[in-house]
Amino acid sequence: MSTHNTLTPPPNDWWRHPIGRDEVIWISVAAAWCVIMTFMMIYWYFAGNQNQAGEAYRISPEAFAAKADEMVDKYTIRTETELEVPVVAVPPGGDVYIVSSQFQWNVIPELKLGETYRFHLSSVDVNHGFSLQPINVNLQLVPGYDYVLNFTPNAVGEYNMVCNEYCGLLHHAMVGRLYVVE
Amino acid sequence: MSNDSEFRTCPDTGLRIHLPAEKLMKANAVAAVVFLLIGGIFGLVVALTRWPAVHLLPAEWFYIALTAHGTDVLIVWIIFFEMAVLYFTSTVLLNSRMATPRIGWVAFALMLVGAVMANVVILDGSSTVMFTSYPPLMASPFFYLGLILFAVGALLVCFIFLGTLVIAKQERTYEGSLPLVVFGALIAAIIAIFTIASGAIILIPTLLWSLGLVGDIDPQMYRLVWWAFGHSSQQINMAAQIAIWYGIAALLFGAKPLSEKVSRMAFFLYLLALQLGSAHHLLSDPGGSMSFRVFNTSYAMYIAVLGSMIHAFTIPGSIEAAQREKGLNNGLFEWLRKAPWGNPVFSGMFLSLTLFGFIGGITGITMSVQQINMIIHNTTYVPGHFHGTVAAGTTLAFMALTYWLLPVLWRRDVFMPKMAQWSTWMFGLGMGGFAIFFMAAGHLGVARRHWDMTFAGNPLGFEYSATVYLFMGVAGITAVIGSLGALAYILYTVGTILFGKRRPDTAAPAVSDEGVEAITSYGNRSKGWEAPGSMVLVAVFMVFLVVYYFANWKYLGSVWGIR
Repeated sequence: MSTHNTLTPPPNDWWRHPIGRDEVIWISVAAAWCVIMTFMMIYWYFAGNQNQAGEAYRISPEAFAAKADEMVDKYTIRTETELEVPVVAVPPGGDVYIVSSQFQWNVIPELKLGETYRFHLSSVDVNHGFSLQPINVNLQLVPGYDYVLNFTPNAVGEYNMVCNEYCGLLHHAMVGRLYVVE
Repeated sequence: MSNDSEFRTCPDTGLRIHLPAEKLMKANAVAAVVFLLIGGIFGLVVALTRWPAVHLLPAEWFYIALTAHGTDVLIVWIIFFEMAVLYFTSTVLLNSRMATPRIGWVAFALMLVGAVMANVVILDGSSTVMFTSYPPLMASPFFYLGLILFAVGALLVCFIFLGTLVIAKQERTYEGSLPLVVFGALIAAIIAIFTIASGAIILIPTLLWSLGLVGDIDPQMYRLVWWAFGHSSQQINMAAQIAIWYGIAALLFGAKPLSEKVSRMAFFLYLLALQLGSAHHLLSDPGGSMSFRVFNTSYAMYIAVLGSMIHAFTIPGSIEAAQREKGLNNGLFEWLRKAPWGNPVFSGMFLSLTLFGFIGGITGITMSVQQINMIIHNTTYVPGHFHGTVAAGTTLAFMALTYWLLPVLWRRDVFMPKMAQWSTWMFGLGMGGFAIFFMAAGHLGVARRHWDMTFAGNPLGFEYSATVYLFMGVAGITAVIGSLGALAYILYTVGTILFGKRRPDTAAPAVSDEGVEAITSYGNRSKGWEAPGSMVLVAVFMVFLVVYYFANWKYLGSVWGIR
C-alpha cells in the first residue's frame, strides 16, 4: 500500500480510483448551481428591467460635445449654483447627453417620473465613472464611445452623479445633480 | 547530471534541497516580504485616509499612496512570493536540481529593477494613474517599463520552472505522475505565461504611446486586454494558494486528496476558460454585446467557479478524512475542533480557506453577474471584495506557508513564536472585517479610489447617511488590525532571519511532525460518508451564496428601468 499525500507522486493507477459519494454529490450540486446562474442572466435579459448592455457607438469627443451643446441650447430651463450649471428638461423620449470631463458634469438633467429617456453617456478626456446616488447605479464612461441606455426613473427626488472612476488629482471634486419631478 | 555536492538534506524534514535553488528561493522570498512592508505601509495610510474621522493624507498623496499600494502588494509582493513557490515545488518536492540558476538570477534582477523603477516614478508624482493605468491618463514611460521588466523576469522564472520539470523527468528523480501540489503549481505557471503575454501585448504599445511613438491607445481595447492580464493574474494566485492549502494539509495532517482525479480536474478547469472570464471587468462598459458578456461570465467564468467550489470541499475533506483516520471520529466536527489552532501554519491556512470562500468567493460570484454588476461597479464594494480574496485569501495562505518554510530554509529558531500565533488571526480577521465593511459601504454607494466622500465645499455635493460613515469607520479600524497582523508577520520573518538562533543539525526538528502519520487509505469508500463535516460546511456555504445572490437580484429589480 502506497503512503502518498499531496506532496508525493500518486499511485500509478490514480486515474482508476473511484470517486467517493461525497464528492459526486457536491460536484453535482455545484455544477447545477452554475447552470442556474447562467440561465438567470439570460432570463433577466428578456424579462428584467435592468440591463446595462445597451448600445454603443464610436464617436469623437468633439462630435459628442457638439451634440450635447445643441441639447443645452434647446432645453435649458434655468441654471444652478455659482457655476451656472444648466438644468435641462429634455422632453420624454428625447436624447439626454451626459458629458463627463475633468472634473465636472455638463448639465443637471430634469426628468419626469415614469417617462423613458435615451441617455448618451461619454467622456471627452479620460475614463470617468457615472455613479447615480442614492440608487447606486454605476456605469463606465470611456472616451470615444457613446454609451446609449434608456432610463426610466421610478421615484421623484434629487439625485447625484458621482464620478467613481479615478480621473485625476481632483477626481473627488467631480459631483453633479439630477432631478426627477412629477 | 545532478551533483550531490550541490544538495543538502534538511535534518528537520528529510527533504533534499538543491542549494542554488535554495538561494533563489530565499532571495525571492525576502524581496516579497520587503515589498509587502512597503506596500502594506501605503495600504495603511490609504485606509487611514478613507477612515472619515482620521482623513490622514492630502489628496495628491492619497492617490500616490493608492497607486503604490496596488502595485506593490497586488503585483510585486505576490509574484515574488510565487516565484519562490515555483522554485520550491519544482526542485524540493521533485527531489531535483533546478534548470539554469544563472538565468534565475537574471530574472530576479529584472524583477527587482522593474519594481524599484515603478516605485520611484510613482513616488515622484509622475505616475499617479492607479496600478490599472487606464489611458488616456498617462504615466511616466518608466512606470510601464518597470512593469514590463518585472513581467519579463517573472516569465523567465516560469520557463525555468518548466525546464526543471523536464530535468526531473529525464533524470527520474520521482516516479509516475507529478505530486498534486506540483501539478497545481504547474497550472499556476501556465496561467502566468498567458497572463504575462497579455500584459506585454498591452503594456508595450502603451509604453510606446507614452514615448510619443504611437498616436493613441484605444481606451476600451486597453481595458479589454489589460484585464486579460489583471484578472488572470488573480487566477495564478488562486492556483498557487490552493496548491499551498493542499500542501499544508499534507504537512500537518499527512492528508492525501480524497480523489486525485477530482482534485486534478478541478485545477485543470482553471485552464479552460480563464482568459475569457476576465471580461467580467467590462460588464458596465460601453463595449461588448450582450452575448459576449453572457458567454464570458457564464460558461467561461462558471467553469473556474466550479473548480473552486470543488476545492472548497476536497481540501477540508482531505483534512477531515485524515483526522478521522487517526481516531478524531466523534460527531461532525471533532476533527476540526481538535486541529492545531495554535499553530500559525494551520490557523493561517484554514482561515484563508474560509475567508476566501465565504467573503471573496460568494461576493465575487455575485458581483460578476452581468446585470448585478451595475449596482456595485467601481464602488468600495470592489476593493472590499478583492481584499477578501487577495489579502485574507492569497496573502494569508502565503503567510501560513512562510511559518513552515522559514525555519526549513534558514535553519534558525523562530523569533517570537507567540507573535506568529497572533499574526494570522489579526491579519485574517482584520482583512476579512475590512472586506465586509468596505463592501457594505459600497452597497450604499461610496465610490472607490476617492479622497473625499464629504464633497466638502462643493455646491453640488451631498451627504451620505450616518450608516455609511459608521461602515467606513469600522473599515478603517479593521484595516489597522489587519496591518498590525501583517507587521507581526514581517517582524517574525526579518527577526528569524537576522536574530533567530542558528540550529545545529542534530537538534530536534523545528518543524514538529508530531501526529503526522502517513495515511494509507481512508477506509471503505462504499460505506458511509468520507467527510460529513466538510459536507455540512459546504452546505452552509451554499445557503449563504444562494440567499446573497438572490437578495442582490431583488435589489437590482427595485432600481430605475435601464435598458
